[in-house]
Amino acid sequence: MPETYPAADALSAEQALAVLERMQLLRAFEEKVSELYARGKVAGLIHLAIGQEATAVGIGSLLGPGDTVWGGHRSHGHALATGADPERLLAEIAGRAAGYGKGKGGSMHLVAAETGFVTATGVVAGNIPLALGGAFSARLRGTGGVAVAFFGDGAGQSGQFHESLNLAALWRLPVIFVCENNGYAEFSPLSAHTPVERLANHAATYGIPNVSVDGNDLLAVRSAAAEAIERGRRGDGPTFIEALTYRLRGHYEGDPGAYRDQAELAAWREKDPIERLARRLEADGLMGPDPAVATAERARARMAAVAEAVLALPAAGPADLTTDVVA
Amino acid sequence: MVDAIRAAMHDELAADPSVVLFGEDVTVGGPFGATNGLQDAFGTERVRDTPISEGAVMGMAVGAAATGLRPIVEIMFMDFATLALDQLVNHAAKLRYMSGGQLSIPLTVRVQAGASGAFGAHHSQSLEAWFAHVPGLKVVAASTPRDAYGLLRAAIRDPDPVVFIEHRALYWGKGPVAVGEAGIAPIGRAALRRPGRDVTLIAWSRMAATALAAAEQLAAEGIEAEVLDLRSLQPLDLETVLASVRRTRRAVIAHEAVMTGGLGGELVASIQAAAFDRLVAPIGRVGAPFAPVPASPALEAAFVPGPAAIVDAVRYTMAGSIASREEAG
Repeated sequence: MPETYPAADALSAEQALAVLERMQLLRAFEEKVSELYARGKVAGLIHLAIGQEATAVGIGSLLGPGDTVWGGHRSHGHALATGADPERLLAEIAGRAAGYGKGKGGSMHLVAAETGFVTATGVVAGNIPLALGGAFSARLRGTGGVAVAFFGDGAGQSGQFHESLNLAALWRLPVIFVCENNGYAEFSPLSAHTPVERLANHAATYGIPNVSVDGNDLLAVRSAAAEAIERGRRGDGPTFIEALTYRLRGHYEGDPGAYRDQAELAAWREKDPIERLARRLEADGLMGPDPAVATAERARARMAAVAEAVLALPAAGPADLTTDVVA
Repeated sequence: MVDAIRAAMHDELAADPSVVLFGEDVTVGGPFGATNGLQDAFGTERVRDTPISEGAVMGMAVGAAATGLRPIVEIMFMDFATLALDQLVNHAAKLRYMSGGQLSIPLTVRVQAGASGAFGAHHSQSLEAWFAHVPGLKVVAASTPRDAYGLLRAAIRDPDPVVFIEHRALYWGKGPVAVGEAGIAPIGRAALRRPGRDVTLIAWSRMAATALAAAEQLAAEGIEAEVLDLRSLQPLDLETVLASVRRTRRAVIAHEAVMTGGLGGELVASIQAAAFDRLVAPIGRVGAPFAPVPASPALEAAFVPGPAAIVDAVRYTMAGSIASREEAG
């Protein structure tokens, strides 16, 4: 097992800056995608994760070589948190030939294989069985790696979710199930779709160790993730982390969100994960005053440069239309 | 044939440590003994029984294939592949493309398809047309023990997902097998089973044997049928098919799948588009009636096309040949 996996407990000043900057990158990236979409520079179905940075970075910051991440339709942040290059990622979302998928995957089907972000998927819960395969493969090949599956609360309604919990528990696979429960599946509150509102309860049914955490508290997410990763690496099987969070934007760009209560939205804005982390790091003396401000400015400046570069790239062309169907 | 299938899996498991095998009851050989002894030989990590969860098992196999392994998944009856279609169609078939070539999915899905034993509608379907219609999937069907061995080894070695179609009515048939690397058959090549002058019969799986039986009957009537066993349904070996039809100038396609929407239609369209000038008669098709597979043995016997159906189709084609086109050469 490699010695290079990052330590799990208290952050050093260096690590604090790194996670804060990474969260700001996710935020700035999503805001830039939103802007480009509004300007007609990006097409397709775009699902943003603004407000959900703590789960992606809380887990991604602890992963190393040999670990794999498997996302869903709202996974720009998961890919960035795993180490994907923002320019190649934005190029893919913007349909450029230089994108990770040569423009053929797009926003919902991102693949940055060399980073360990194996794939995202447009099928709700479809990534969960895939992650089991990543875990099985890591174990058989002896890499010590864990596989992380990110999904939303809606995935808990899918047969593939339940089949996967059963199989992962039975085979003691090193999978970490991460449910970003933001209380809504598309346009409906979770309670409209299921009588079981804590998805961690489903994990308990299959005997999988599980925890519900404040998904907007990076340190809480990181702590739960550290325990899950350690469990997986030592061969003790899967963990289910339910991260309670909130989606500050609509289900997709263009969704007016009329189905949401404005007071609810306002209350969650108060819990913004970046602001909370910045205040905590400042209070703990790990960073100077108002660390969110400077890190946000740097991230936005970086994304402005990335966007300019991407928009100058050529679109994917017809020469690639029928390549990569088979080897 | 079932021994040849087992031997192919054995030899690939032995040759490549990244090959693994998942399926329901595979450690006890499954319903037909195809996997007997493989767990004893290769251990409990590489050969594993799965719960009755085709969706999750297929997805797990795809994820494993994407991360360095070569999984073989046995789906007990092709009818149950429906439960695994999301993972097979939306992920296995598409990850190479959507990733721009970053990912390779070297997955083999073994299924047993076709009617026999009066097992009824949920244990008897031939759905190969569905899989051949999905860009990113390869589809092969073996009709002989030699091809079962050779094509299965090729499927396991293939960098792309391959649906390997078996037929339980052929499992107990015997024939020579070329064991070893030399016996590996290429995917994408049809096989000439019987040369003939008057009409090209195109078939696969059990119907390839049925077509040979029909050819024998036709020979007694002075009609010499050429029999092509397609073997590879995706990609199709159109080159071999066209070379034959250009010579015989008539064609009949026979498959056990329901005729409507079956691959016969795809072949008819492809052949006439390329070789219309050489045809002296419309191309014929033989397939099952447009109904689910019935359970009663008498009905099943009426449902599955036999040699007589192919003989009738050939006679019809011969009688319908246009003399002026024949004379024109």
